[in-house]
Amino acid sequence: MDHDDATPTTGPAGTSTPLGPPLVELEGVNKHFGDLHVLRDIDLTVRKGEVLVVIGPSGSGKSTLCRAINRLETIDEGEIRIDGKPLPEEGKALAKLRADVGMVFQAFNLFAHRTVLDNVTLGPRKVRRAGKKEAEAEALQLLDRVGVRNQASKLPAQLSGGQQQRVAIARSLAMHPKVMLFDEPTSALDPEMINEVLDAMVALAKEGMTMVVVTHEMGFARKAADRVVFMADGQIVEEATPEEFFTAPKSERAKDFLSKILTH
Amino acid sequence: MEDYLTIVREYDVLGAFWVNIQLAFWAAILSLVLGSALALFRISPVPTLRWLATAYVTVFRNTPLTIIMVFITLGVWGQLGVTLSTDFATNFFRLAVVALSVYHAAFVCEAIRSGVNTVPLGQAEAARAIGLPFLASARLVILPQAFRGSIAPLGNVMIALIKNTTVAAAASVATETSSVMKTMIEFHSSHIFAIFFTFAIGYVILVTPVGLLTTALSRRLAVRR
Repeated sequence: MDHDDATPTTGPAGTSTPLGPPLVELEGVNKHFGDLHVLRDIDLTVRKGEVLVVIGPSGSGKSTLCRAINRLETIDEGEIRIDGKPLPEEGKALAKLRADVGMVFQAFNLFAHRTVLDNVTLGPRKVRRAGKKEAEAEALQLLDRVGVRNQASKLPAQLSGGQQQRVAIARSLAMHPKVMLFDEPTSALDPEMINEVLDAMVALAKEGMTMVVVTHEMGFARKAADRVVFMADGQIVEEATPEEFFTAPKSERAKDFLSKILTH
Repeated sequence: MEDYLTIVREYDVLGAFWVNIQLAFWAAILSLVLGSALALFRISPVPTLRWLATAYVTVFRNTPLTIIMVFITLGVWGQLGVTLSTDFATNFFRLAVVALSVYHAAFVCEAIRSGVNTVPLGQAEAARAIGLPFLASARLVILPQAFRGSIAPLGNVMIALIKNTTVAAAASVATETSSVMKTMIEFHSSHIFAIFFTFAIGYVILVTPVGLLTTALSRRLAVRR
């Protein structure tokens, strides 16, 4: 396994802030879907303030890895710790942990029967027990930040994909997460809407949010990532800075993958 | 014609329909409550609850209503002595409501479950991802959408329920429509068709709005995705 263990201690690309202590730690993580070994001996540490981009061909396990971090996928072996604490198995403790881990999905998954504003306030009100007024005030601020404040009273279906995804980011931010997971956030978007979402994510990265981003958007990786992890066949094949990875990939697997996505 | 009018006036036909309407009303409320709880059990993460709800649905959906009705009166009341009112008629009325409710709850459960299947998995994942525990995500995210998706099938269950209230005859509710119709035909057999159509058309008038209403509601409340 061509595997670089050295974690950078300063954020090279987008941020110049030094990285904090480990926030998300995966140790010897294995997972199977039936006969398929989707995660093989994954060891990975994400430090506070770090922006990690996970890249790789479809079926490489990158989405599963992302979803395992807040236990939307269970794992068969190994340990995942967030802020030093192992992931709880289920129940209240798990719900509490998930509240601290933001998640943005490929399909947006906004609550279809609730307005944009309700989507953002639901978590703060029902999980954090915030008052209606303060929750709505903050939600409007967050919607403003991602540029969709004027859509607050609409239903998700009335919004474009890009707008929906930005609402989804605001919904996650409203929980004041310690880390945010992005599971291919732009893969379901029309090309002209990808940038509006990426811009919101870049802004978030610059503010020092800890992020794990599964994406193929190299522009984002170059602009905002501290580190790129390349996965193939359930394994981490290569870890490098975005610059190193995109200009001089070490493994054959990564070279092959990059040549395929860079040709057009 | 005059004969017919005299017969209809002689018996309390409207009153008989009123009895069925009341049976349907209470059984609808109880079966919706019980059925929703069962549906919640069926989608819960606790295997025991899922098993319980599945067993319930299997038993009650596959047992004829008449048999449940007779069992409730002869078994639960007659043998076990469970009494729901000191008034004889009220007691049978309530026993009939219980039988109708436990029977139709199984169908309500299945209708809601079909509604749950219209809610994409991502909705539940998003609810869990913001830290909502199972019950809260069911109550705030899944069930509200599932109910909207299950209005049409629930309407069908309610239509069946209204018509099935006539089976209360098997629980000795003698004032309801089918019992009254039988008595009328028994004493005025020459008017059998007129009497029959009176009740048949009465039910068509009673049930049609339910179908129209639920169809309109299911369109209006459909969750846009």
